[in-house]
Amino acid sequence: MKKYISYIAFVTLGFVACEPEFENSIEDGDVYTSGEADLSNFVAVGNSLTAGYADGALYITGQENSYPNILSGQFALAGGGEFTQPLMEDNLGGLLLQGQQIAENRFVLAFEDATTPLGPVRLEGQPSTEVGTTLSGSFNNVGVPGAKSFHLVAPGYGNVAGVPTGTANPYYARFASSPDATVLGDAAAQDPSFFTLWIGNNDILGYATSGGDGEDQTGNPDATTYGTNDITDPTLFAGVYSQMVNTLTANGAGGVLVNLPDVTSIPFFTTVPVNAIPLDGATADFLNQNFGLYNTQILPGLVQFGIISAEEAEDRQVFFNEGQNFVTIQDESLTDISAILQGPPFNLDPVTAATLGQVRQATSADLIPLSAAGILGTLVNNDPTLVNGVSVPLSDENVLTEDEQEEIAVAQASYNATIQGLAEANGLGFVDARAILQQVANGGVTSNGTTITSQFVAGGGFSLDGVHPTPRGYALIANLIIDEINATYNSNLPGVDIGNYPTVQVTNN
Amino acid sequence: MMKKVLLSTIILLATATVFAGGYRVSTQGQRALAMGHTGVAVVNNAELAFFNPAGLVYLENKLNVAVGANAVFSDVVWQNEAFGQSAQTDSPVGTPLYLYASYQVTDWLTAGVAVYTPYGSSVEWEDDWAGSHLVNNIELAAIFIQPLVSLKLSDYFSIGGGPIYVTGSVNFNRNLNRTLTDLDGNRSNVTIDASGVNAWGWSGSFMFNPFDGFRLGVNYRSEIILDAEDGDADFENIPNSPATPFADTTFDASLPLPAEFTVGASYEYDKWLFSFDYNRAFWDVYNSLDIDFADESIPDSENVRNYKNSNTFRFGLQYQALDKLTLRAGYYFDESPVQAGFFAPETPRNDSNGYTGGLTFNVTDHIAIDAAFLYLRFEEIDASYDFYVENGQQVPFEGTYKSSAFIPGLGVSFNF
Repeated sequence: MKKYISYIAFVTLGFVACEPEFENSIEDGDVYTSGEADLSNFVAVGNSLTAGYADGALYITGQENSYPNILSGQFALAGGGEFTQPLMEDNLGGLLLQGQQIAENRFVLAFEDATTPLGPVRLEGQPSTEVGTTLSGSFNNVGVPGAKSFHLVAPGYGNVAGVPTGTANPYYARFASSPDATVLGDAAAQDPSFFTLWIGNNDILGYATSGGDGEDQTGNPDATTYGTNDITDPTLFAGVYSQMVNTLTANGAGGVLVNLPDVTSIPFFTTVPVNAIPLDGATADFLNQNFGLYNTQILPGLVQFGIISAEEAEDRQVFFNEGQNFVTIQDESLTDISAILQGPPFNLDPVTAATLGQVRQATSADLIPLSAAGILGTLVNNDPTLVNGVSVPLSDENVLTEDEQEEIAVAQASYNATIQGLAEANGLGFVDARAILQQVANGGVTSNGTTITSQFVAGGGFSLDGVHPTPRGYALIANLIIDEINATYNSNLPGVDIGNYPTVQVTNN
Repeated sequence: MMKKVLLSTIILLATATVFAGGYRVSTQGQRALAMGHTGVAVVNNAELAFFNPAGLVYLENKLNVAVGANAVFSDVVWQNEAFGQSAQTDSPVGTPLYLYASYQVTDWLTAGVAVYTPYGSSVEWEDDWAGSHLVNNIELAAIFIQPLVSLKLSDYFSIGGGPIYVTGSVNFNRNLNRTLTDLDGNRSNVTIDASGVNAWGWSGSFMFNPFDGFRLGVNYRSEIILDAEDGDADFENIPNSPATPFADTTFDASLPLPAEFTVGASYEYDKWLFSFDYNRAFWDVYNSLDIDFADESIPDSENVRNYKNSNTFRFGLQYQALDKLTLRAGYYFDESPVQAGFFAPETPRNDSNGYTGGLTFNVTDHIAIDAAFLYLRFEEIDASYDFYVENGQQVPFEGTYKSSAFIPGLGVSFNF
């Protein structure tokens, strides 16, 4: 009898050990190959996009959904190694410097009731990430929010002492290997076998989001003379970008270079319509009466005196209709006539003269940044006749004019030519992020049944700051990079299902 | 007191990993199981109380008891090559059990009682795995308790049957959708839990013995619907927002335990016995698993199942090797009730082949040990569940599944 029981026990153990197995098992590494790429030590270099910045802040779950972290998850299927990131301390996202908050918390989407969104609000709470607390070790994700191209090669960019004066970056200060380290140096020191490089967005973005409130530094390669919102000289960009590629490929690493999307692809510039002013007939008539003198007397007079051209006078006409109206803006490129208006024969008071000094009505070619949404239609000093964007023109930083867009586009085209050229010259992968984000902005992109568009909040592609992607948007970027790796290195890595990645976070404070 | 302890022990133990079509668990007797779970036309021991109560009256002894339990070792692996995802279940070992007794009151009347667990499921995927919006884990248990009567109308023909009292429980956890989390990235999920869900049903059968050594049997067990009312629904990791109004509440849901019709035959010759059973399980009653939350601000959960009726073909062989030793073997083909496009990971079952074996050792004239095993073999299958809906859009959950189950069991038979 005992014999039988032990026999049964033996058979039982035999079968229990025999768990189901696939013919081609992902877990056993039967399915994917990295081809000619060596993914064992992957380093990602870049700015906020690489860091996983979203919703106006850097926070843990955003970092977990950074495109490099998503990539590393797929790389692990074909020889990828561990991937470390300089994680923040919390999911609030704010930064402290010696206990003082220097970067705001993340945005969350608040709701009034079950179906009515109130819009993005800053998440309340005391952040716990102290810039002065330096993390030890090196990190595979070398993405530094706010970094421009030349910052990555600038010694001292991670020196915490330089954070208050703006010479150093608080995010990099957290994990720089030493106060005089460079981002590129810290990346190269890890001896990457594979890298991604996505840098240059901030070389134009600051200019764009500030409504062109900066200088186009084209022709000036001395970055030490640049302001925060300036456009980087394309020659300087080409130089430092080439230096980065050379450094990262020095020991034969493979990699992918990503180009720069159009600023017009992001909801930050496409959400607030340029004809955002609804007026009834009576109000329009009233406004036209007020601008009547300006349109019919002042402008022709200035043309007569030879102060402005007939063409400029035409551009400067302000006229309202019943229905939607283009906002009024201050355009720095126009002749400033405020001083002249205070003198004879106009004799306007200084306030009115300043208001009319560089005013024109926006056209469909101008862009109103998301940051102006809270200003449009509000009253100045509670005076019902002083309406921002109507009787009071939007200031220069609240509009990105056609001319300013053109400056950006010229620099961007040059940067992108540099990126693509270096990818081809070095046999690296090249991802055209510009093209895909154009698609996202124009009708959307569908992947495995999930569509993302650049519509603010509802589109799923962009986070609540209107500039940075959601995890779902980052997943789309990761898939593009994977496709390019497969094409360049004969690998067969799978992409991810973007529908499994979140969009915006709903939460009320 | 004793009865209460016994009942609660049964309730605790009677969870079984699903391993037959749907959540049917075919382990209602070691002797039958060893012969491919055939038994509607086999007069062997008290297992007849389940397989064909009409046959109880033909048992030779006055008192017959059979008691036993099985251990279910079951695993499912899943992978999706398009996205490089993989997962496997880590399900607890299920222990379905049975207790049958019959007593010959007169020459033509036998009374009996049966306690058994023909339905159950226990599937545990890794939390937050790729299919977590469909299921993280599920545990389903149902105990059938049945008084029986068996009437001999002649030496050729008998009938039997009785009412069935069922007490069941269910515990089910899944994530609310594919992406919703709280502020810290913890996935929003719901657990529904109901126990002490009671219902009634019945079974009836007949046995026909036209000539020596040959028997025919027919058994029918009715459909039983478990209506869970006011179960607990526990929502976790919900963001603080009026847009996500998921507060803990109660729920109503119905889970059908389908009817099963069996017809079979056996033929005994010398030391050999051959048996054949055909089961028809009426799974088409399982249209949809609908969870109706009491809180009206929480949308009800509709999970389309659309099962179809399914067949099982069973073959068994018995050989009287020694006076004290009987050997058995069997095979069956078990058709899955799950239709293409409805393959949900909470019951990830395709067609399977069951290989069985076992033996009985007569310790004395009155006590016998029954042992059996079942190995269930499933083919690798590419399948999808297409009826998960998010934002008004169907989001299929696809992948390759492979399952296996090994189920050994031990039992004891008494007769006096």
